[in-house]
Amino acid sequence: MTDSKYFTTTKKGEIFELKSELNSDKKEKKKEAVKKVIASMTVGKDVSALFPDVVNCMQTDNLELKKLVYLYLMNYAKSQPDMAIMAVNTFVKDCEDPNPLIRALAVRTMGCIRVDKITEYLCEPLRKCLKDEDPYVRKTAAICVAKLHDINASMVEDQGFLDQLKELLSDSNPMVVANAVASLTEINEASSSGQPLMELNAATMNKLLTALNECTEWGQVFILDALSQYSPKDEREAQSICERITPRLAHANAAVVLSAVKCLMKFMELMVSDSEFVKNLTKKLAPPLVTLLSSEPEVQYVALRNINLIVQKRPDLLKHEMKVFFVKYNDPIYVKLEKLDIMIRLASEANIVQVLSELKEYATEVDVDFVRKAVRAIGRCAIKVETSAERCVSTLLDLIQTKVNYVVQEAIVVIKDIFRKYPNKYESIISTLCENLDTLDEPEARASMIWIIGEYAERIDNADELLESFLEGFHDENTQVQLQLLTAIVKLFLKRPTDTQELVQQVLSLATQDSDNPDLRDRGFIYWRLLSTDPGAAKEVVLAEKPLIAEETDLIEPTLLDELICHIASLASVYHKPPSAFVEGRTGLRRALPKSSGGSDNDSAGDQQQQQQQPTVIPNQDSLIPDLLNMDINAPPVVPTAQSAFSGGTLDLLGGGLDSLLGGSGAEVGSSPAPGIPPVAPSSTAGLLGDIFGITSSSAPVYSPPKQIWLPANRGKGMEITGTFSRKNGVISMDLTLHNKAMQPITGFAIQLNKNSFGITPAAPLNVPAPLAPNQSIDVSLILSTSGPVQRMDPLTNLQVAIKNSVDVFYFATVMPMHIFFCEDGAMDKRVFLSTWKDIPSQNEVQFNIENINMNADGISNKLQSSNIFTIAKRNVEGQDMLYQSIKLTNGIWVLTELKVQPGNTTIVLSLKSRATDVAQGIFEAFDGILHF
Amino acid sequence: MLGGLFIYNHKGEVLISRVYRDDIGRNAVDAFRVNVIHARQQVRSPVTNIARTSFFHIKRANIWVAAVTKQNVNASQVFEFLLKMLEVMSSYFGKISEENVKNNFVLIYELLDEILDFGYPQNTDTGVLKTFITQQGIKTASKEEQSQITSQVTGQIGWRREGIKYRRNELFLDVIEYVNLLMSPQGQVLSAHVAGKVVMKSYLSGMPECKFGINDKIVMDAKMDVAGSSDESQRSGKTSIAIDDCQFHQCVKLSKFETEHSISFVPPDGEFELMRYRTTKDISLPFRVIPLVREVGRTKMEVKVVIKSNFKPSLLAQKIEVRIPTPLNTSGVQLICMKGKAKYKASENAIVWKIKRMGGMKESQISAEIELLQTDTKKKWTRPPISMNFEVPFAPSGFKVRYLKVFESKLNYSDHDVIKWVRYIGRSGLYETRC
Repeated sequence: MTDSKYFTTTKKGEIFELKSELNSDKKEKKKEAVKKVIASMTVGKDVSALFPDVVNCMQTDNLELKKLVYLYLMNYAKSQPDMAIMAVNTFVKDCEDPNPLIRALAVRTMGCIRVDKITEYLCEPLRKCLKDEDPYVRKTAAICVAKLHDINASMVEDQGFLDQLKELLSDSNPMVVANAVASLTEINEASSSGQPLMELNAATMNKLLTALNECTEWGQVFILDALSQYSPKDEREAQSICERITPRLAHANAAVVLSAVKCLMKFMELMVSDSEFVKNLTKKLAPPLVTLLSSEPEVQYVALRNINLIVQKRPDLLKHEMKVFFVKYNDPIYVKLEKLDIMIRLASEANIVQVLSELKEYATEVDVDFVRKAVRAIGRCAIKVETSAERCVSTLLDLIQTKVNYVVQEAIVVIKDIFRKYPNKYESIISTLCENLDTLDEPEARASMIWIIGEYAERIDNADELLESFLEGFHDENTQVQLQLLTAIVKLFLKRPTDTQELVQQVLSLATQDSDNPDLRDRGFIYWRLLSTDPGAAKEVVLAEKPLIAEETDLIEPTLLDELICHIASLASVYHKPPSAFVEGRTGLRRALPKSSGGSDNDSAGDQQQQQQQPTVIPNQDSLIPDLLNMDINAPPVVPTAQSAFSGGTLDLLGGGLDSLLGGSGAEVGSSPAPGIPPVAPSSTAGLLGDIFGITSSSAPVYSPPKQIWLPANRGKGMEITGTFSRKNGVISMDLTLHNKAMQPITGFAIQLNKNSFGITPAAPLNVPAPLAPNQSIDVSLILSTSGPVQRMDPLTNLQVAIKNSVDVFYFATVMPMHIFFCEDGAMDKRVFLSTWKDIPSQNEVQFNIENINMNADGISNKLQSSNIFTIAKRNVEGQDMLYQSIKLTNGIWVLTELKVQPGNTTIVLSLKSRATDVAQGIFEAFDGILHF
Repeated sequence: MLGGLFIYNHKGEVLISRVYRDDIGRNAVDAFRVNVIHARQQVRSPVTNIARTSFFHIKRANIWVAAVTKQNVNASQVFEFLLKMLEVMSSYFGKISEENVKNNFVLIYELLDEILDFGYPQNTDTGVLKTFITQQGIKTASKEEQSQITSQVTGQIGWRREGIKYRRNELFLDVIEYVNLLMSPQGQVLSAHVAGKVVMKSYLSGMPECKFGINDKIVMDAKMDVAGSSDESQRSGKTSIAIDDCQFHQCVKLSKFETEHSISFVPPDGEFELMRYRTTKDISLPFRVIPLVREVGRTKMEVKVVIKSNFKPSLLAQKIEVRIPTPLNTSGVQLICMKGKAKYKASENAIVWKIKRMGGMKESQISAEIELLQTDTKKKWTRPPISMNFEVPFAPSGFKVRYLKVFESKLNYSDHDVIKWVRYIGRSGLYETRC
C-alpha cells in the first residue's frame, strides 16, 4: 500500500467528503481520511474547517492515528483556540497512560500547542513528567520546559520549572542531562534579564563532562556548546577541562568536532601562549580540522568558513597543511571559493611556489567567478609575499597572453595594485598591458589601465595616442573611467607639456562643459584653475607621492574575530557576522574571548598601542554596520559581558559613578543640569563667556594634546580625520578636523561612539555645516557627555568611533587622554585626603618617573591646576618639594597623587594611589602630557 | 534550534512540511522555493539568508531538503542532522526519491516527530528507531518491552538492544580505502591521501565488549614503551603506519582511546562503520597515468595515455576505468587500445576506457585521434584532468588489522569461538592526473 494517492485528490467538494469519512464508524476509513487531511495540509491547502471532526478521532488506542491527529492539532490549534480546548482532556489523560511512549507523546505535543488556555493545563502534567520514572518521558519533558518558556516565560519562572530543570542536570540518564542543558541554554539566551539562569559552577561542569562521554552525538553537541560559555577560574581549571574535551576531536560527527574546537580555542586564550600545553593542543587541533574536508560538501563548507576564522586567530595552526586546501575539479563552487580564500591566508614564502602553480591552474577553469578570484589571488600573493612578486607578475603576464577577456581584465586590475605596492620595479611590462587596450570593456579594468598610462606617461611613447583613443567615447564611459581619464590626461600634460596641450584642453572642456556629472565637472574645474594659475602647484598636487598599499586587506577586525571565535560552528561563523546582524530581537549577551592571564602585560599593552596609532578600518564593512549601529539601541545600558572575569577594583570603576557625577556637581551649582548635558563647574558663566571669546579663564592655557591622524585618507576613501580631545570648563569635547582628500564633495556626516569605559557619548549630533568640497578641511567640535552606556575597554581609555558620510561608514579606534575626565570639583579636603591615602592599601600605589621637567613646584602646581589636578598640600622634605594632589574622575573615582620635585633634577617622581589601579597608566600619561605642554 | 523542515521535489512543490517553532510561517516555504529552487543562477552556498531567516539545504537527486531557522544555530549540527535524517529515511524505504517520499509521508512525519523535538535532534539511530516506529500500528507491547524501548532510546548504549542471540557468533571486517591523487602532467604528486574506513558486520550474542588493534604508529609505539623490547620495536617500525587522524563510531569509548590508545566498544548489531581514518605518508599508489596530448592544428588532437600498475604481480586489480575528457567540439574519435575496451561517449564528452582485470607491474596504453569541428568561439577548452577508477585487493596505506578480541562475560562463548573475517579493498577516490 502506498500513501502517494493521498496527494492526488483534487476534486471539488473534497472537504465535505472528508468530513463524512472522518465520522465513519470504520477505523480504517477514519485513518485513511486523516492521512488525506495531512497530505492536503502539507501542500498548503486550508483544511482547518475539519477541526472538530479530526479532534473527534483523537481518542483512539491506535498510536499511529493519534500521532496524525496530534500533527493536525499542532498546525491548526492556534487558529481555532476555542475548539482546541476540546483536546485538553485527552492530553491530560494521556499523560497518565501506563505506556511511557504515550506519556511522552502527549507532553511533547501539548508543548507545541500555543494556545493560552491549553498552556494553563500543561503545568501539572509537565511537573509530573519532569519527575517521571522513565527517562524517555523526562528527556521529553526537559525540552517541553523550553517550549513553555517560549510561550510564557513568566509562567516557567513562577511555577518553579527552572529549578526542576536544573535538578535534571544531575540526572542519572545522559540524554536527560543533554536535553536539560539544551533547554537551559535556550532559556538563558532568551531571558530578558540578561542574567544567566544557569550558573555553571565546578560541580555542574563535572557532571556535564561525565555525561559528555555517555550521551548521543547530538547531546554531546548541546553539552559542548554550553561548556563553551563557561569561564574557568584559572589556567589549571581550563587545562583540565581541555583535557577532558580533547577526545571528542576523534568523533565521527563533524558537529561534535567543531563544537569541541570552539571550546578549546576559547579556553586556550586563558593559557600562556607559548606553554607546552598550548603547543600540544594546537598540534592536536590541526588533523581533525583537515579531516573535516573529506566530509559531505555542505559540512565542508561550514568547516571551511570556520577554518578561515581559525587561521586568522592562530595563523600557525595549519601552516603546513596548505595542500589539503587545493581545489578539486569536482568540488562544488562554494567549496572552491572558500578554499581559495584560505589558500591566500596560508600563503607564505615557504609554499608560495606551489600556491602559484595551483592558482595558475585555476585561472584556466570554467566558472567565471572562480577564475576571477584566482587571478585576484595571484595579485594578493604578490603583495603579501614580497619575494614572490616577480614570479606573480610573470604568471599574470602569462595569463594576459591567454587573451581570455575576463582574465585579462582582472589581471590588469591587480597589476595596478602591484605597481602601487612596488613602485618603479615592474614598469617594463606596461607595453604588454597596452596591447590589450581594445579588449577591456569593464569599467574597473579600463579605469585601472588608464591610471597606469597616466601614472607612467613619461615611459609610454604613445601615451597621448592611447589616452586620446579613450576620449572619443568619453560620454559613454562609466564615471569611474571618466574621472581616471581626466586625471591621467592632466598627469600626462604635466609630464609632457609641449605636445599635449590640445588633448588636455579637449578633456577639460568635455568634463566641464559637456558633462552633467557634478563630480566630474568639479574635478575638471579644479584642474583647470590649478593649471591656469600655478602649474608648479598643480604638479605638486597631481603628481604627489602616493602612500603604499597595505599587505593584508581583508582581515576581519580583531574584536569581531574574537567574538566569532566564540561562535565557531554556528551560523555566525558561517556568515562571518555577529548574531545580532541576522537574529531578530534580543540576542543575548555579546560573547568575548576570555582575557589571557598569562601573557606579559607589557607586551599586550605595546600591541594595543600600536593598534591605536594605526586606526584600523574594517574592510568587511557591511557585516559590521548593522552591528555597530544597532548596538546602543538593542543592548540595555547595564554593565555587560565578562564582568565577573575582572577583579573587584574594576567593578568599582564601572559601577555607580554616573549618578554621583551628575547629581554631585549639579548640587554645587545649585540647579540640577538637564540630563545629557555635562555638568558645569561653579566658575561656568565666566568660563563660558571666556570660551566664546576665545580666552581661557584659567591662568595657564588649558592642555589639549596635539591632533593626531585618526583615519588616514587612504582608509577613509579620501576623508582624513585628525583629532584630539579637550576639556574646557567642565565640557568635554572631541575636536576633529575633517579633510576631504577625495575628488568629490562629501556630505551627510554622522558619528557614533561604541560603548566605552567612561560612558562617553555625543551630547549633540555631529554638525558639519556645508558639504565638504574636495581638498577642503573643516574643524568641528563635538560636545561629549558621560551619560552613555558603560563597557570596560582595554586599554581603559580606548574609544571606538564610527563616522558615516555620503561615501561610506568608517570605523577606527582612538585613545582618549585621561585628563578630560578630571572633574572641576576634584579638590579634596586635606583631612579626607590623609585618611583616604592611608585607607588605600599600599599595593595599589604605583610609581612613575616624569622626565625633562624644568619647572619649580609652584609652576607645576599651577599648570596641573588648569587641568583639574588640585594641589591639596605642599611640603618641603630635605630640600625636595612634595606636592599632594587629588583628582576626581567623571565616574566618581578618586585618585590621590604625590609628586616629588628635586631642585636641579629634571626628573620628578609621581606616586599615585587609587582604589582602581587600572587608571594609573592613563593618569601618568595625562601628567606627562600636561607637564610637557 | 531548527524552526522547521521542508522537503521539496525538483519543481519546488512541497512534499513534507513540518514546522517546529512559531517564528517560522508558511511564507518561509515559498521564500525558499522562489529564492533558491527557482533561482536562475547556480546556487552559490548551501546556507541562504532570506529576510533574516536562514535556510540550510541539501540536494540529493531531485529532492531538496531544507531546514529553516531564525536563530544562531549550530550550522555543522544542522547539516550533520540532515544527512543523518536522509540515512534514516533510506534505511526505512530505500532511495530518496519523490515517489518514495510521497509513498511514505506518514512514516516521515512520524520519524520527524521523534528525531526532532522543538528543533533539537534526538536519538537518530536507525536500529533503535526501528524498534518502535514501524508503521504497523502499535504492537501492544508488554510493560517490560516498553521500558526496554525507552531505556534504549535514552540509554548509555543507545545503539544496541539487550538479549540478542546467535547460534553462530560471527563478525566481518572490511577495510575499505579510497586513494585520492592529484598528479601534474609531469608526474609530480601534487597531493595524495588515503581516506579509509573500517566497516564491521557483527552477529554476536549478548552485550560483547570488543577490542580492536591496528598497526597505527602511535599505538605501536605506546605498546613498545610498555614492552620495552628493542627487538620488537625494530620489526614494528617497518610495518606500522602513521595515521594523520581517525574518527570513531559513537560506540567507541573515546576517552579510553585518548588515554590508553586502545579501541574498545560494544558494537551495534549488524553493519556499521567502526572507524574512519586518513593517511598521507608512504602511500603506495596502485596506478600511474602518463598522458601525452598534442594539438595538431585547429581541427585535430592526438592523445596517448599510458597506465602502469604498481603492486605485487601476484595481485589483480579490477574494474579499471580511465576517463579522458575530450573538447566540446569533438566531431569524431579514432581509438586504438592494447587491452580492454574503449569508447568515445559524446554525451559525456569523454573517452571511456575499461579494463576488467590487470595484474601488478604491467603497463597498457591507449591512443586516440580526436577530430574537432572548427568553431568561432574564442573560449578555450580547459582540459579537465584524466580520472581513473579501480579496485585492488590490498590497502594502499599499509593499514593492517592486528586483532579483534571479543569478550562477553555473561554468556558462555569466548573469543576463540567467534568466527572472524577480514578483507582489504583499495578503491580509487578522486584519482586524477592533469594533462
